Amino acid sequence: MIEFKDFVFYALSFVLVASGLSVITSRNPVTAALSLVLAFFNAAGIWLLLQAEFLAIVLVLVYVGAVMVLFLFVVMMLDINLDKLREGFWDYLPMAGFIGLLMMVEMVLVFKTKEFNLSPVDDSLKSISNTEVIGNTLYSTYVLPFELASVVLLIAIVSAIALTLRDRKDSKKINSSDQINIKRQDRVRLVAMKSEEKYVKSKTKDRK
Amino acid sequence: MEALMTFIFGSWGSDIAKTLWILLKIIAVVLPLMLSVAYLTYFERKVIGYMQVRIGPNRVGYHGLLQPIADALKLLFKEIILPTASNKILFFLAPVLAIAPAFAAWAVIPFDLNLVIADIDASLLYIIAMTSIAVYGVIIAGWASNSKYAFLGSLRSAAQIVSYEIAMGFTLVGVLMCANSLNLGKIVIGQVGGFWHWYVWPLFPLFIIYFISAVAETNRAPFDVAEGESEIVAGFHVEYSGMAFAIFFLAEYANMILVSMLAALMFLGGWLSPIPFIPDSFLWLLIKVAFLLFCFLWFRATFPRYRYDQIMRLGWKIFIPITILWIVFIGGMMQTSWGYLFH
Repeated sequence: MIEFKDFVFYALSFVLVASGLSVITSRNPVTAALSLVLAFFNAAGIWLLLQAEFLAIVLVLVYVGAVMVLFLFVVMMLDINLDKLREGFWDYLPMAGFIGLLMMVEMVLVFKTKEFNLSPVDDSLKSISNTEVIGNTLYSTYVLPFELASVVLLIAIVSAIALTLRDRKDSKKINSSDQINIKRQDRVRLVAMKSEEKYVKSKTKDRK
Repeated sequence: MEALMTFIFGSWGSDIAKTLWILLKIIAVVLPLMLSVAYLTYFERKVIGYMQVRIGPNRVGYHGLLQPIADALKLLFKEIILPTASNKILFFLAPVLAIAPAFAAWAVIPFDLNLVIADIDASLLYIIAMTSIAVYGVIIAGWASNSKYAFLGSLRSAAQIVSYEIAMGFTLVGVLMCANSLNLGKIVIGQVGGFWHWYVWPLFPLFIIYFISAVAETNRAPFDVAEGESEIVAGFHVEYSGMAFAIFFLAEYANMILVSMLAALMFLGGWLSPIPFIPDSFLWLLIKVAFLLFCFLWFRATFPRYRYDQIMRLGWKIFIPITILWIVFIGGMMQTSWGYLFH
């Protein structure tokens, strides 16, 4: 007799595997990206079953809410020729299948080691908020690796910007700060002068 | 009820009973929410009407009170037109993706002490996650419509929501630093003891930034470039008609109520009364939310639409630096003898 929890687990894993397959087989890149979103969601659901609520919510927040939005943003703007994408699927299949198999074997070997032989979640941990526990460990025991990771990310941000920051010489870009800081005096000039009636009259005379 | 379910379904009984009980609670939240969305549209038309020296809807029912019902019926009976070149599945999926997160976020909103569907530890994170996926409805609607205007609208919206989410996330960091908790209920309880204990005072810049970002996140005027009528007709939902359009409309208003609710809970003391000797009640929360919603309508009636590059400048160059500075400032102050002011 399976429990309700097992049923939920199998439902989530089934959708996860199906959407994962759809990521690599769907013709349209937008559908593929959306399938990946669905896969992330189901992975988050499985983590929730393990009571790892912090990880689950952060997975949705970071990957679904930010990374995949930018992904979609780029993929949607591509001008895609669907027939071209389909070409060579069967040619590449043996090679891809071999690499996939190799990765699977490696994963199995890794998961069979002692370090991965995880025991079920300790009941004493369930009462503590796991956000707090992760925070405490991250900022005390693992503070140096954590800071190192953040520096690596910072370098990645700076280099990504440096690589793409190219100003076109004929760019008609507007400088918003200049626009906002503009004063009335810069645009409008009030000039005291007499009416130009005489000038207008003389001009009409000339024409005659 | 549990016993009955156990009798019918055997060992799964108690689980099914639990699920049904939660479903009932969800209905108890969603139904009033839908009703308030309907009357928010009426309120909006009346408020903007009076601000522009008009009367607003006054034909259907007493003082036009049945207008939202009439509008809903009209939209229900209208034909949903499916553009020929659209992606059919995604075209209908988009409105669902727009409204689902707008409702899902309500699962962790506390309405009163312990009056909440799911009292989870990381409820604030959950809310940020749910509001961050609301953008999918807009993006997919724009792409699936296969129309230039819709596509431009969805691109604008995606860029805008992603940028303002960062500022919004940072303001919430300030709140959780003060409250020492990610649980919305505990955040409200942290503000107990009169209006001078509310987080709006130590976090005043963050409150302002949160509210402006909330207006931007919900695609409301003056940040409604995603549906800027003068440039791109109706933006991402230009191809939608009838009920499909109405669902986008519902989602926008449900999101407005949600962000106002969050602002009231995090900065204005939620259900706590402003003066300690007056009893706390759900009514206080209602009043605060109603006031914030009024501000939304007020902005719409008052401000002209922002230009797109100005929106981006405001988000990235002003809001994000200010929020980071204020977080550092709070963190520093908490270490001094003035720290009690920030708890």
